[in-house]
Amino acid sequence: MNRRSPWLTLSALAVYFFLYAPIVVLILFSFNSSRTNVVFEGVVNRGPCGPFYWFCELAQNDDVLDATRNTLIIAISSTVVATTIGTLAALALQRYNFPFKRFSEGTLYIPIVIPEIVMGIGILVFFSAFFGWFNGLLGLTGDARLAMGLGTVIVSHIAFSVPFVIMVVRARLHGFDQSLEEAAMDLGANEVTTFRRITLPIIAPGVMSGALLAFTLSLDDFIITFFTTGPGATTLPIYVYGLLRRIVTPEVNALSTIWIVMVLLLVFVSQQLERRSAT
Amino acid sequence: MVQKLRQNPQLQGLLLILPTLLWMIGLLIIPLLLTVVTSFGSRDTDGNVIYTFTLENYARLIGFTPEGYDNLYAQILWRSLSLALQTTIVAILMAYPLAFFIARSPAKRRNTLLFLVLVPLWTNFVIRIYAWIMILRTQGVLNSVLGWLAGLVGISFSPFDFYPSQGAVLIGMVYEFLPFMILPIYTSLEKIDNSLFEAAADLGANALRTFWRVTLPLSMPGVVAGTILTFIPVVGTFVVSDILGGRQVILVGNLIQRQFLDARNPAFGSAASIILMVLTLIFTLYYTRRFGFGEEIRGA
Repeated sequence: MNRRSPWLTLSALAVYFFLYAPIVVLILFSFNSSRTNVVFEGVVNRGPCGPFYWFCELAQNDDVLDATRNTLIIAISSTVVATTIGTLAALALQRYNFPFKRFSEGTLYIPIVIPEIVMGIGILVFFSAFFGWFNGLLGLTGDARLAMGLGTVIVSHIAFSVPFVIMVVRARLHGFDQSLEEAAMDLGANEVTTFRRITLPIIAPGVMSGALLAFTLSLDDFIITFFTTGPGATTLPIYVYGLLRRIVTPEVNALSTIWIVMVLLLVFVSQQLERRSAT
Repeated sequence: MVQKLRQNPQLQGLLLILPTLLWMIGLLIIPLLLTVVTSFGSRDTDGNVIYTFTLENYARLIGFTPEGYDNLYAQILWRSLSLALQTTIVAILMAYPLAFFIARSPAKRRNTLLFLVLVPLWTNFVIRIYAWIMILRTQGVLNSVLGWLAGLVGISFSPFDFYPSQGAVLIGMVYEFLPFMILPIYTSLEKIDNSLFEAAADLGANALRTFWRVTLPLSMPGVVAGTILTFIPVVGTFVVSDILGGRQVILVGNLIQRQFLDARNPAFGSAASIILMVLTLIFTLYYTRRFGFGEEIRGA
């Protein structure tokens, strides 16, 4: 069935156009010479950076650099924890029967079927009640008080990405030939060696895709971050959202352009790695 | 101790899942239960929650206030559901032809075409909405293009106020979630065995009939999965409406956010959040029962 009607091709092209027009506009306007950035007034050519004027401005913007650092700290630490505990949980769910198994599976399904704001509000209510109680109990005041910040964002990101990691790793475990492990054990390897030398290398692609998914989810997250963040823990999405309520300069476009290029690079590298491990 | 563990697979399984289970109980189950408890509370003059038991918050949401009947909040709920439904329908209409196109492309080109669908997702959620402001505002890209076209044909043109409006919110929502509709529909279309089309053609069915009787029914699991992946996030989001609706389009997400940050009434916000959760759960259950469960949701 390789015959396609011209109408189908045309509508497909139209949808691709819809998907890409905003991205082209974003990138184009990061070279705009107008500061208000409403109308494209030609390519900027100012200072030592020339057409990359807004990119250089961006590099000197401390707020952006802080937000970038926070975003990466949150994404990396939540990915490491979520991937680790998620892989262990996937092994448990795929291979073992244990008490609370149905409860666990049901619980892991919840973040996928409820709107994100419901989870975000829940965590906000929980932390404000808990911190209020805890600070009151120990009589903490001022900076010693527990408060929302990087820590609360990280633990929340772990909570919403673990179910996705488990889903991906379980899919990989599904086709796993367990006789390989039995063979290793028969040959005298203990559980730890078997896991390290047999199980882990085989499920590694699944674990890697799970980690990549967790990383992307964390980078892109707005809603849960919005409700769990605090002073000094602004992420890039939160920072851009704050800017959108004021005048937006082409700096934001420059930031978006860098973001898109970085993510594409990341995806390209990970695909190359995957291809290499497949051959 | 180690010996005991070796002989007890139940204990091994429990130990492996324990960190995840504790995490989910601490950051999902307890928070949700606490939201339920808070939703029956009220607030003091400083905006702190008083834990009592009152149904007042829920009564207010469906319109019964101490001052009489006022369906403001019911309207907001209705608007959110209707906008989510519109977004889903537009997304299906746009996603289906593209998914169909990719599924019918030569096998070696499919991955690239699919990859192109995913790229927009890797820009940031908030940045994608900002791009639409640049396109839709009165002096924006779309009006410039329209003005230029009008100049070519020689008719006078006055720019449209596309933004802020409910239409802009709809476009933004569709844009944000379209890839989540395309992927599952593609997955189910790609699985359809080619011989089925040949059989339909042999039996004399024309293209339209083949689509209606073979393609569409077999791709329904993908449409169901795509609908769930689109409808649920759309019904709860407040960012798109906040930015592209310019404070005119208030959805339940905006209502909840304002109760927590501006109005300082967490009890009322919690009640709205619980109602939102119940409505989406009812929708998901009804929809999956009615149209069968989309296993593509796992593949997406």
